[in-house]
Amino acid sequence: MVAAAALRPPEAEAASGFGIDIRDVSHRFVLDGKPLPVLDQVGFSVEPGSFTALIGPSGCGKSTLLRLLAGLDHPSEGQVLVDNMPVGRPDPSRILVFQGPTLFPWRSVRDNVALGPEARGTAKADGARIDEVIRTVGLDGFSSAYPHQLSGGMAQRVSLARALVNDPRLLLLDEPLGKLDSLTRLAMQEELVAIWRRTGLTALLVTHDVEEALFLSQRVIVFGPRPARIVATIEVDLPYPRHRGDPRLAELRREALGHLGLAESW
Amino acid sequence: MSGAGSAFEREGTTSGIRWSFASWWGTGLVGGAVWLAVAAVTVLWREVIPLPYGDVFAWICAAVAAVLFLGAITGAPGRIGRRLRNAGPWAIALGLFLGLWEIVTAKTGRLPLPFFPSPQALVEVYVDDWPRLLDSLGASGWLLVRGFFFGALAGFSIGLAMGWWRRAGYWIHPVLRLIGPVPATAWLPIIFFVFPTSASASVFVIALASAFPVAVLTWSGIASVNRDYYDIARTLGASERFLILKVAVPAALPHLFVGLFMGLGSSFAVLVVAEMLGVKSGLGWYLSWAQGWGAYANLYAALLVMALACSTLITVLFRVRDRLLSWQKGMVRW
Repeated sequence: MVAAAALRPPEAEAASGFGIDIRDVSHRFVLDGKPLPVLDQVGFSVEPGSFTALIGPSGCGKSTLLRLLAGLDHPSEGQVLVDNMPVGRPDPSRILVFQGPTLFPWRSVRDNVALGPEARGTAKADGARIDEVIRTVGLDGFSSAYPHQLSGGMAQRVSLARALVNDPRLLLLDEPLGKLDSLTRLAMQEELVAIWRRTGLTALLVTHDVEEALFLSQRVIVFGPRPARIVATIEVDLPYPRHRGDPRLAELRREALGHLGLAESW
Repeated sequence: MSGAGSAFEREGTTSGIRWSFASWWGTGLVGGAVWLAVAAVTVLWREVIPLPYGDVFAWICAAVAAVLFLGAITGAPGRIGRRLRNAGPWAIALGLFLGLWEIVTAKTGRLPLPFFPSPQALVEVYVDDWPRLLDSLGASGWLLVRGFFFGALAGFSIGLAMGWWRRAGYWIHPVLRLIGPVPATAWLPIIFFVFPTSASASVFVIALASAFPVAVLTWSGIASVNRDYYDIARTLGASERFLILKVAVPAALPHLFVGLFMGLGSSFAVLVVAEMLGVKSGLGWYLSWAQGWGAYANLYAALLVMALACSTLITVLFRVRDRLLSWQKGMVRW
């Protein structure tokens, strides 16, 4: 934990992100009348302003964990604390970015980004901020375009802007780059790191991509198959900006794949 | 489309100066000839039974021919010209149809009267009876507007309530399943008993007919909204009001419009029946009146007006949809 804080990039503002504390959380869905456990006694905590990745087999309950943190679902057992407070209703300070861009197709790019301010009745006052965020994600000139006119990468940028405009203190990323082509994906990874370093928010990323997890985050938490338990925690002790060819990343990758039971493929 | 159109315009303006024969619009030439021929046949060929208004019909045909010739010579430039070009093949077909109609009715009497009146008989109706037709059109339009407005509003509210509140769905769904498929006209005896005036009863029948498809499609539209949209809006701080008005309703709008089109269609169907009972004006009333007198020319004239009015209303609804749903790609156009 201390190590993660020390790795905080110096140029970031005083850490404004939320800390997370997950205590013995278990969660079950009811499927065809039978309970289906998805999380089993999961517990970990995350430093304010850090970047943490969660990896594990698909369907293991990582996304459920993000929904619990966002306040969209509530755990069957255990406690989910954000900023030392139990998570209640969804709140714009904790924003979930979905796997697909899930933009509202009837709204232009700007209106999609303005969704949060509009929902809270501050769209007029936040006008300049909205335009600024659209510039930040490199979409100026596309304000009046509709989602069906955008490429996958641009759409995902809009959904990132839609989250960032609310100045979240916790950004929950549910495979946000999962549906992008590999080149766009690499570019967006760099942008994610840049945004995180600039804003000082806490980022929690769910991904299937081991390299992505290692390249982006300070700590990788490896989950086992459903019902999910934590199998291992890998500290990525590398400064930013990182280089993809770094031999240390390759080492960590082998370690992570080993925890996932895929060591043979190496 | 627009690229080709602008090429036409450029060609049109340059050719306007040089008057080269190549820039003439051939289809327009043929169309003009056909319409002129119809006019000639009407005037020159003796009728089996002499009819008035043959000359008016001939003048109308000549005027259409003149427009087509003008388009043919100038090469039909500009926006109006483009529309004229687009209508060209239809102008030929329509001219041929009118000519044939003229010949088999007025000129040779091949088709039996009074069931098949000649074109000039229709012209006669429009010239002599236009005040009553206009009045009927107005009455029908006003009836339809009120009925459809209240029906669409009720259908939308019912569909929204069913889609949004589980409890509303529980109570409304069986009622809708039971009442919905019954033709609105089947309720007429009860409706005329319950409502104080036949005018209000007619409005209600039309509202009933249009409400059902609007309700069902609004409901299915709301029910099929991507759940993620709600989650996103909720995390961004949306209230329930915002979720309904800014998420559920816009997302369901494409479905809603399908419902409105279906509702408008069934309201046309009910309109005639609603007007045949009780009221003393309107196109439906005019139709049954004309039929009662065996005035088939009036019948066809009113049918034509009705067809044009219905198609205009559908066009208007499509325009509204195109504006509201301009964000959709691959839309069906009218």
